[in-house]
Amino acid sequence: MKNTFRKGRVAAACLTLLSVSVLSACGSGDDDKKTEAVEKLGKTEGKVSILAWPGYVEDGSNDPAVDWVSAFEKETGCEVTSKSYGTSDEAFNLAKSGEYDVIAASGDLSLRLVASKEAQAINTDLVPNYANVYDFLKNTEWNTVDGKNYGVPHGYGANLLMFNKNNVNPAPTSWGAVFDKAQLEKNKGKVTAYDSPIYIADAALYLMKTKPELKIENPYALDQEQLDAAVALLKEQRQYVGEYWSDYLKEIQAFETGDSVVGTTWQVIKNNIKNKDVEVTLPTEGATAWNDTWMLSSQAKNPNCAYKWMDYILSPEANAQATEYFGEAPNSPQACEKTTDPDHCATFHAGDQEYAKQLWFWRTPVKKCLDGRTDVECTDYAQWTEAWTEIKG
Amino acid sequence: MSAASPSPSDIRPGPATDPAPRGPVARPGSRLLHRMVWLRLSLLLSAPLAWMLLVYVVALAALLITSLWSVDSLTSEIDRTWTFDNFRTLLDNEVYRTVTLRTLGVAIAVTVIDVAIALPIAFYMAKIASPRVRRMLVVAVLTPLWASYLVKVFSWRVVLSEGGLADWTGFGSPGYGLTAVIITQAYIWLPYVILPIFASLERVPDSLLEAAGDLGAPSGLVLRSIVFPLLVPGIVAGAIFSFSLTMGDYITVNIVGGANQMLGNLVYINAGAANNLPLAAAIAMIPIVVMLVLLTAIRRTGALDNL
Repeated sequence: MKNTFRKGRVAAACLTLLSVSVLSACGSGDDDKKTEAVEKLGKTEGKVSILAWPGYVEDGSNDPAVDWVSAFEKETGCEVTSKSYGTSDEAFNLAKSGEYDVIAASGDLSLRLVASKEAQAINTDLVPNYANVYDFLKNTEWNTVDGKNYGVPHGYGANLLMFNKNNVNPAPTSWGAVFDKAQLEKNKGKVTAYDSPIYIADAALYLMKTKPELKIENPYALDQEQLDAAVALLKEQRQYVGEYWSDYLKEIQAFETGDSVVGTTWQVIKNNIKNKDVEVTLPTEGATAWNDTWMLSSQAKNPNCAYKWMDYILSPEANAQATEYFGEAPNSPQACEKTTDPDHCATFHAGDQEYAKQLWFWRTPVKKCLDGRTDVECTDYAQWTEAWTEIKG
Repeated sequence: MSAASPSPSDIRPGPATDPAPRGPVARPGSRLLHRMVWLRLSLLLSAPLAWMLLVYVVALAALLITSLWSVDSLTSEIDRTWTFDNFRTLLDNEVYRTVTLRTLGVAIAVTVIDVAIALPIAFYMAKIASPRVRRMLVVAVLTPLWASYLVKVFSWRVVLSEGGLADWTGFGSPGYGLTAVIITQAYIWLPYVILPIFASLERVPDSLLEAAGDLGAPSGLVLRSIVFPLLVPGIVAGAIFSFSLTMGDYITVNIVGGANQMLGNLVYINAGAANNLPLAAAIAMIPIVVMLVLLTAIRRTGALDNL
């Protein structure tokens, strides 16, 4: 009996050792990572692999009418393979594998790619179409680090307030519609919110305007006290929330049936809702938003084709097609002229700097405060995630 | 012809000089295997054992070890120093206790509902229905398994939505929330509960019931003292299915759960969204521990002996 017991222990120890070694083998070194920008381009490699949000790289296989990849392949001889991802975090894990040359990243992802040396600086002189891009999209805090540009802008959009005017009357002009108790009371159980820790920034944005004593300067730079205030606000909101959404199809359905009547949304979601009573607005407090950039992997095997792709997707024709298909503002006035819907750029407020100023583009919250404060330590994304778990309860 | 079976040359009688005909002579390989019991056993078991170890035990051990690590929040690099921080978080933070209890509650409710629905259906299928009807019922029970899980859950989302089928019945819809989760999960796991109960009922000999009837036992007594004890293993098997499957699920909660979350969602958000694999691993240990405790308790009662 004793003998078997000892044997069991030895076996357990061996197993532990084995699993540790298996696990450590997974962590690879930083070899072959090239973070400096190239001086000039070489010969194209004949292929390029792209990691992007769904709808950014369409080659006609989802919908024969939607195809801007074939034209690129014909033009450059670079054959495209692509993979789409659902969340920035999923993209982060995929990017680390080193199998992708180009990555379309939102502001909450780009800096993490740079920090983990997954991104290569970009020589924008080698991207001719970069010249067209709106100036306010260039060299932003989420595509430029220490003066080095790490990404070329693709398009942007806001997280808007959507409501059903039958239930929310008069039409709201403030985020109070989803944060103020008195206004929530009427729609208990029919309020919706974006299901991601980054939604904490929406609450922080509201507090920034309604509770100046908290001294929030940037909804992505919250110290512990400010985060606690945002969490308290969200916990109060939780009692009125019917469901949280992260799958946009789910929100479309909920608003069509009336299960949800007020909450955050994207323009593309509103465009897909047939119910005429559902409207969107940009509240007076402004809104959180996303701003995507094309980044080059530090492990890129096909950098020349990757540069070709970045230049191509920035071209007015391709950018118009891709941003219109996805439902966001294109990155240049030239692209606005090429959209099939002449009102597209007006709907999405493309190039409207005043509009863009009201937007707080997604950033990754980090310990070092993004608003420049040095006297306190800010809360980081991991803390936000923990807080989000707590809010939902 | 396999190597182990005797070939015709082996059974040929020996030379005439032999005083007595020899028995069949095995090939050297077979002889070795015959003599070395442990070798025979280990060859036979090595493949399934290797599978068990690599896929199951090592994976679990890896999970446990991962849960002792931590993660750098910006670069998501895993820090491989051992720490109990994750488990401390689980203990200190009330939300994990609440979610664990909620998950347990939902799993128990789903199991009770499923067993309650499965018992009469299985009884009818096994003991009352004609062979033809029985076949049709088995097919009917199995049919939902052919449809994709997601299709079924989204159908329930439509049924439960405002103005959906549930609203038309006149009772009103429960809306999205824990009730919706329990209904949906009870529907989805039902075949997994009916089948084991049906199988164990089928093994109850009709003659036992007839004998009990002949001896004058009322049907309630027959059910209680003959059928039920023989049924327990089937019920336990079905209950383990529905309970453990509900414990680990996160998709249904995501789709019809409204604002609620269960353990699976916490694992999902930490592994998928927060990139905090160590914490996700620590949370994943909760259902494993619950299942281990439960299985040990069930084993004590002896319900697993006849399984």
